[in-house]
Amino acid sequence: MNGDLLHIQDLSVRFFTYQGVVRALEGVHLAVRRGEILGLVGETGCGKSVLARSILRLIADPPGRIMGGRILFKGRDMLTLPMKEMRRIRGNDISMIFQEPMTSLNPVFTVGNQMEEVVRLHQKVSRKAARRICVEMLEQVRMPDPESVLRKYPHELSGGMRQRVMIAMELSCRPDLLIADEPTTALDVTVQAQVLHILNELTRARGTSVLFITHDLGVVAHLCDRVAVMYAGKIVETAPVDALFRSPGHPYTRGLLAAVPSVDEDREVLASIPGVVPGLIDPPAGCRFHPRCPAARKECEHLEPAGVEVGKDHWVFCHAGRGKVKGER
Amino acid sequence: MRLLRYIGKRLLHLVPVLLGVTVLVFFISHAIPGDPARMMAGQKASREAVENLRRSMGLDRPLHEQYLRYMKGLLHGDLGRSVRSQRPVVEDLKDFFPATLELTLASMTLCLVVGLPLGILSAVRRNRPLDHASRVFSVCGVSMPVFWLGLMLLLLFYRNLQWLPGSGRLDVGLDPPASVTGLYLVDALLEGNRPVFLNALSHIILPAFCLSYVYLAVITRIVRSSMIAVMEQDYVTTARANGISEPVVILKHCLKNSLIPTVTIAGLSVGELLGGAILTETIFGWPGMGKYVVDSVNFLDFPAIMGFTLVVSLSYVLINLAVDVIYAFLNPQIRY
Repeated sequence: MNGDLLHIQDLSVRFFTYQGVVRALEGVHLAVRRGEILGLVGETGCGKSVLARSILRLIADPPGRIMGGRILFKGRDMLTLPMKEMRRIRGNDISMIFQEPMTSLNPVFTVGNQMEEVVRLHQKVSRKAARRICVEMLEQVRMPDPESVLRKYPHELSGGMRQRVMIAMELSCRPDLLIADEPTTALDVTVQAQVLHILNELTRARGTSVLFITHDLGVVAHLCDRVAVMYAGKIVETAPVDALFRSPGHPYTRGLLAAVPSVDEDREVLASIPGVVPGLIDPPAGCRFHPRCPAARKECEHLEPAGVEVGKDHWVFCHAGRGKVKGER
Repeated sequence: MRLLRYIGKRLLHLVPVLLGVTVLVFFISHAIPGDPARMMAGQKASREAVENLRRSMGLDRPLHEQYLRYMKGLLHGDLGRSVRSQRPVVEDLKDFFPATLELTLASMTLCLVVGLPLGILSAVRRNRPLDHASRVFSVCGVSMPVFWLGLMLLLLFYRNLQWLPGSGRLDVGLDPPASVTGLYLVDALLEGNRPVFLNALSHIILPAFCLSYVYLAVITRIVRSSMIAVMEQDYVTTARANGISEPVVILKHCLKNSLIPTVTIAGLSVGELLGGAILTETIFGWPGMGKYVVDSVNFLDFPAIMGFTLVVSLSYVLINLAVDVIYAFLNPQIRY
């Protein structure tokens, strides 16, 4: 597809542990288009972060290994690139923000030292010019007194400030794609809103694509253009944000949406999806969701569902097609 | 500035510490059964001669009086006179301490120069052949008794291979370099005296290795484990995700973080090397404090024992102060 900046095809990642082989990702297809913010949602442990790290080949080997598939970035397969080329892409064309702002900056170097290192690594500029770029970036993430922040150590900043430093650092080389792995999960709600706002504003202004990983559907509705839903190492549905919230196609997505409590409703018990997330060492055959699925049929137990386009740009990986069950609204 | 004030404060703390050390050592060493006056006068001396000697040494006074007299001398920089050598203890220490210090520093250098890279490599190549080899090397170091190791080194490198000299600080017939620091290696360098430097170096290799092996092993293991812990931190992933090359990730982002436990152990080791050089010095005929103090203990030479203990405890405290100052440079979260 022409508009695709990043195209993941049939990606499989496994972890070889003492307990057994963890099939963390199996045959994942996903595309990120130029300039869009794509949300990737799913429960803890479904493989979102593994997917994010696989893109930059940051999976530690051992125990993890990318078993197969392709990750095309601007048409080049990143999985076959030599490490030297890969390092040129990291932090420059594709950069990444992590969940924990408290631990993702190195505690023994100043903010300035770390930011300048990245800038000077990818842009051949003098120390002074690098400093100027850092100050500009910090201004753009609305950091008060950028000069003094550069002289500070990470522990002298609050969580929200550190995450803004991370955003400034990761956008300093004007990447085409920013991977944000639950960047606001560890923050207070008010700080979260502020950081999301900055992230949205900056990436939209620069036309940077974002792969935004979260388990917070509220954030997705607010921020993203498109959403991909992940379950147990597979993508089960991709859709434009409106379509997903208006007419979720996959039974799992519907379960997720139903589990979001709403202020208007007067419910005693919060809705949940029955059963538990399957272990990925020995995942269920066929559709991985079938043991918990209210719409499960015979073929779901042994046949992997193919993608069905149920609306414009709206794909569902389910045997039930639209997956509606009798009696369900 | 605040660091200087901190150092000053810590140096003031030295006073009570050293005072405590003198009290403890003075009273404990005087509790050792045995009679220094008799030792000095010899087995065959008459009772009268022994009593005279005791009186002239002040040993007939009550213990607390002896202690006060010793302390009074100490305040004037007088550590008393060695019973055995009949020289001021300060002079003896001046002769023997540099040799021990040189051996200790050489051992510490060996620990860091070998232990740091080996620990880092083991962490980077975890569970691969090099890591296994370094583990075997470390286990040997921790479990091999020093006297046995020393004898084996002598047997192999001195007697069989004849690569290295077996005792002393210099070959007989070579004059030591003019004393500036008392460390032959440093003095020879200052003098620009190449043959003496190389000769001193060849003499110090075996004892330094023998003395350092245990701590070398410990430091290797500490560096390895703290590197492994640091390499799993999020900020290391951040560095990699930013395209920083692996050597820089390891040597800049990981190493500085993992040095804190290493410095702690290294600091403690220096103290122990200083006090623990006795066996090594004996095996290699190294004319240092270790040998001096063992002879002094056998002779119940109280002033010598006191002098040695004071020097070692002073070094211990100073080294720990240095370690605390290094912490502040390594970890910005530590501020004094």
